[in-house]
This record gives sequence, structure tokens and C-alpha cells, in this order.
Amino acid sequence: MTVEAREARQPWILLSPALLVVTLLLFVPLLFIIVYSFWLRTATGADEVGFFLDNWREALGDPFYRDILLNTLKIAAVTTVVCAVAGYPAAYFIARSKGNKALLLLLLMLPFWVSYIIRTMSWINILGVSGALNTFLIWTGLINEPIQMLYNEATVILGLVHFLMPFMILNVFVSLDGIDRNLEDAASSLGATRIQGFREVTLPLSLPGLAAGGLLCFVLAAGTYITPLVLGGPTDAMFANLVFEAIITQLNWPLGSALSLMLLVILGALVLLYNHFLGMAQLMKGLG
Amino acid sequence: MESTKRYERLRERYMNGDLDRRTFLGLIGAASLAYGVSSPFVREASAAVEEVRFDGWGGVVSEAFRKYAFDPFTAETGVKVVDGTFGGSDEYLSRVKASQPGEFNIAHLSGVFDYARYAQLGLASDLNTDNIPNLQYVIPKLTEVFSKVTDGTLSCVPYDYGTTGLAYNRKHISDDEMKEKGAKILLDEKLKGKISGWSAWRTRIWYASLQTDQDPNGATDMDAIWEAIRENRDLLLKYWSSGAELMSLLAEEEVYVTEGWSGRIYALQEQGHDIGYMDPPNGFGWQECLFVIKGSPMPECEELLNFMLAPETSIAVAEGQNYPPALDPTKVDLGKKIPTLPAFDPTGTLSGLTFADPAYWNGHEQEWSKQFGRIQKGY
Repeated sequence: MTVEAREARQPWILLSPALLVVTLLLFVPLLFIIVYSFWLRTATGADEVGFFLDNWREALGDPFYRDILLNTLKIAAVTTVVCAVAGYPAAYFIARSKGNKALLLLLLMLPFWVSYIIRTMSWINILGVSGALNTFLIWTGLINEPIQMLYNEATVILGLVHFLMPFMILNVFVSLDGIDRNLEDAASSLGATRIQGFREVTLPLSLPGLAAGGLLCFVLAAGTYITPLVLGGPTDAMFANLVFEAIITQLNWPLGSALSLMLLVILGALVLLYNHFLGMAQLMKGLG
Repeated sequence: MESTKRYERLRERYMNGDLDRRTFLGLIGAASLAYGVSSPFVREASAAVEEVRFDGWGGVVSEAFRKYAFDPFTAETGVKVVDGTFGGSDEYLSRVKASQPGEFNIAHLSGVFDYARYAQLGLASDLNTDNIPNLQYVIPKLTEVFSKVTDGTLSCVPYDYGTTGLAYNRKHISDDEMKEKGAKILLDEKLKGKISGWSAWRTRIWYASLQTDQDPNGATDMDAIWEAIRENRDLLLKYWSSGAELMSLLAEEEVYVTEGWSGRIYALQEQGHDIGYMDPPNGFGWQECLFVIKGSPMPECEELLNFMLAPETSIAVAEGQNYPPALDPTKVDLGKKIPTLPAFDPTGTLSGLTFADPAYWNGHEQEWSKQFGRIQKGY
């Protein structure tokens, strides 16, 4: 075997354990889901094996699924914008801080040490009728009766922002940290004010990080299930809740498979679009 | 049939001239080969069972089972009971469907409709009731309804019963108001944002039947029922999906009225919360059973069921989980606390409770669960 041939084979040999895991744990189950989506659920709850398009017809043609999907995308978009607006200054502060950068990054990672469900449920103790905020407001005399703050779309978005903000900050931070500070100095020496320097130099150069954070936040928010269940009201369900309900409550695995594939295709298309225009490199940096 | 007996019969047929020599030797050879190949697996399968998996409703119910039944059972027999929890039997069924035979063993199912549904999906085992002598203490009516579903055999033992009635905060709603309004209080505009309800489609349809003055086991005007569910949804703060959430919503005064499980509401009352509980006429009664899933280690499961039905265990569990046991009060002295539990029937006939008719509910399960799912989300 020539040296070139051996070198060409080496990455594949090194990658093979990872490829095997991805194939077994991602592609094979995905294949099962695709096959399942063409089966039918019978009246007793058992599945009828075959090639039926009924689930796809229902998933694509029923306005109920379309409306919830659009509402899910809307909630994901609002969450992403809030994360970007609130996360950018935090990332900027961390990137520009001297000495305590490591400590700030550690604080940013701290929430990941607590379970996502616990973090979501903590809002009940904060915003509930007898929660910390209401108790404080009553104690200060600002209100006499507790305000109903929980179980609506706003608290779902709040819960999602709480969960996703670190992903946004990390991505923007990586981007800002990689910008050569001399460029900002050069802008200043050419007469730009600090705001102009930020707008013309720093912000454009950090946009790939912002986009990567935005993509992550959007995809994770659109696929969320726990947050609307814990913090949402009766009509605040998101698309993943429909998948759960089809599979678990209605025991309709074929329809649940079609719905989950629908969401996967939409979010996958978004990732491909991102990759086409911005490339995955920035995303990998942020995740790293 | 034992292998030795099979070989003896084969030899007998050969000696009688029913088999020629070539066929006899061929069958003996094939049997030997089959035994040689299968014996390692047979050995594995016949190895002593060290644990049994039990799945139930979590919270105070799980605590009571663990403390009064599983731990003492393990101490006595050495068989460990691994207990898992679920939020509802639909969710559990989905897990069982995705599992290997034998992975899940015993489930604390609610209602004959669940028993029928599980049996319909081929999950019913066949209990040897001779191994469960404590079954003699159980209210006969409870056992009969289950055995009717599975043609005279049993895949479960009845264990407890209770109701899904109306729980209300006495600071805000009086007992008289509850008596006057009954199930219709869940449609009271004045309580908008202070009402909750279980997200289970059967319960929602049951209560909507009461709100529209229909028979919960035979509603004829489904449009009126869906309308009542919509009306109730628009007044809700949220649907609860677990016993823990139900208790938290009431205890924290997030809501003033909801349907609730009798045992959980009793637990809240025991904790000192001023929560009232009322079963409206035709309120939702249910009987829970310990269902053994096909493919489970039967002798160990039967031993556990027998242990759990022993009056001392059953009474201790009932007092812990706050649901009356399935034991017949005319045969067993149930002590002081159980007669005070909600839904308790001292006659042992349970004639005062209305149970869900399995044929009616399971016959509409596919259509109604889907329709409720839509209405729940604002449609």
C-alpha cells in the first residue's frame, strides 16, 4: 500500500467508531421512523404494516398541525431574538473583561450542572401565586393580591430563554473573542467613535457567531417539549407536544413518526440553509 | 412437557411399531441437537429470578408500596422489586409496546377499561390463582369483572379503588356551593383562571357528560360534550398531568377547584390544607389492579401479588396511599383509618360507585382521544 493510500484511509479508520455509533443510534432509528410513518394504527392500538400515505396526508393537510407548527416556529423565533438581544451584551462583556474571563465563563456554564427540568420548574417557585416575586410584591405593598404570572405563552418563552441563553452567549463570545482588537483601535484612529467602531467593525465581524447561536437557539426551542408542558397554559402546546401525544397518549406511532419527520425536515432545511450561506465551522467553534 | 417424557413416548411409539427405525433415530437425533443448542439458553431462562419490575403512579402511592410491600417482600424472599412510575396507563402502554417481553412485569393499572385494552393488545398473562391464596379476601365483584374480560382467567388481582371527584379550596368555595353546582362548577365563569383539570381524555369526557346531564357510560350528544370541554378549557389555568402537579396546584392555591384523585386529596387534607372533596352523582369511580404482563416470571409475580394481598400488607399500603383496599370489609377487619377514606364502601358491594364501561370507552378510544387532543390545544 502506498503512503498516500494509507494516509487517505487513516481518517476513516479513526472515524469508524464514531460513524458506527452515529449509524446505529441515529440513522438506523431514523430509518425505523421513516418506515413507521407509512404504517397505520388500528382501532385496538396495534399497528398495521404496509405502505399507507394516510399519516402523511393528515400531517401535511390538516390545518391543526400546520397552525401548531407555525405557532412553534413563532415561539422559537421570538425566543431566539430575545436570546440574541439579551445575550449579545453579556457575551461582549465577557469577551472584553480582563482577568475574570474564566470565572465568568464558569458562571455561564453553571446552569448546565442543574437538570433542565428542575431549572424549568424553578419558575413555578419564582412566579407562582405564592412564589418569591408575588410574596415580595405583596410585602412591599405594591400589590394586595397575587398576580397570575404563570401558565401562558410569555412564561413558555421565558423558560426557553432561560434554557437557551448560554448557547447564544457562548457562540457570540467565541466570535467576539476571535476579533483582532487592533481593528477596533484602527477604526478609532481613523476617527470613528466607539459606537461607530462597534457598528462598523465589531458587530459585522461577530455576526457569524450570532447566526450560529441563533440557529442553535431556534432549533432547540422549536423541538422543545418540557417547557410548554410545565410553564404553558391549556392552549400553549408546541409541535413536540403533538408528537408526544400521538405516540404516548394515542398510541399512534405511525402518525407520531410522520409528525416528527415533518419537524425534522423543517429544522434540517434550516440547518442546510445556514450551512450554505455561513458554513458549519462557526457553529462547531461555538459548540466546542 | 418434560423432555424425558417426550423421549419415553417416542420410544413407546417405536416399540409399538408406530414409527420405523429410521424415523425414530432421526427424531432422537434432531431432539438431541435441539437440546444441545438450546440448553445454554434454557439454563439462563430457568435461572433464579432475582428481581421483578413494578410500575405505578409515583408520589405517595409509590412511597406506600415501597415501604409496606416491596421492602418487606424483598426481606422475606430475596427477590428485589424494581419500581418505576408513569403518569398514566397510555404512557405506560407505549413503553411496554417498545420493550422486550419480560422487561416490564407488573403494572398498577386503573380501571377495567385499561385491563381490557392491555388484554386486547395481547399483553395478558394467565395467573395461577392457586398460588395466590390471599385472593380469597378480595371483594368478589372486583375479581369477577376482570375475569369476564379474559374469558374466566385472570391477568391481575384487584388491589384498591377510589374516585376522581371534585376537590375545592374551602377558603374560596363553600361546601354548600359545591353541593349546589356539582360538576358544573368547572364551568363557572366566576372562577376563570382558578380552575384546573386532568389532561386525561376519559376524565374530561366523563365530567363533560355530567355537565351536560348525560350518562357518562352512554352519552348520546357528543357535540354538547365537546362544547362543554371547550368551555371548561377556556376557564382553566392549566391541565395537570400528574398527581404531584395536582397537589401542588391546590396546595399553592394556584387553583381553587379541579377534579382530583380521592387519595391525593386526602393526603392534602392530612397535610392540613383546607381542601374539600366531593363525589358528584355519577362521579368517576375506578378500581385499580396489579396487572401481570405476559412474558413475566409468573411464580415470582404471583408470590409478590399474594404477599401484597395479605391483609396486613394490603391495609398498610392502603393507609399509606389513602385508597381503600380491594379487601372485602365483611371478611377482613380493615382497622380505623380505612373507613374514613374517601370512596370507602363498608358493604363491600361498591354499588354506590359508577365505573367506566370498558366496551363503551375502549370502543371510542381512538376517535375521542384524538378529538380531545385537538380541543385541549384550542381547537
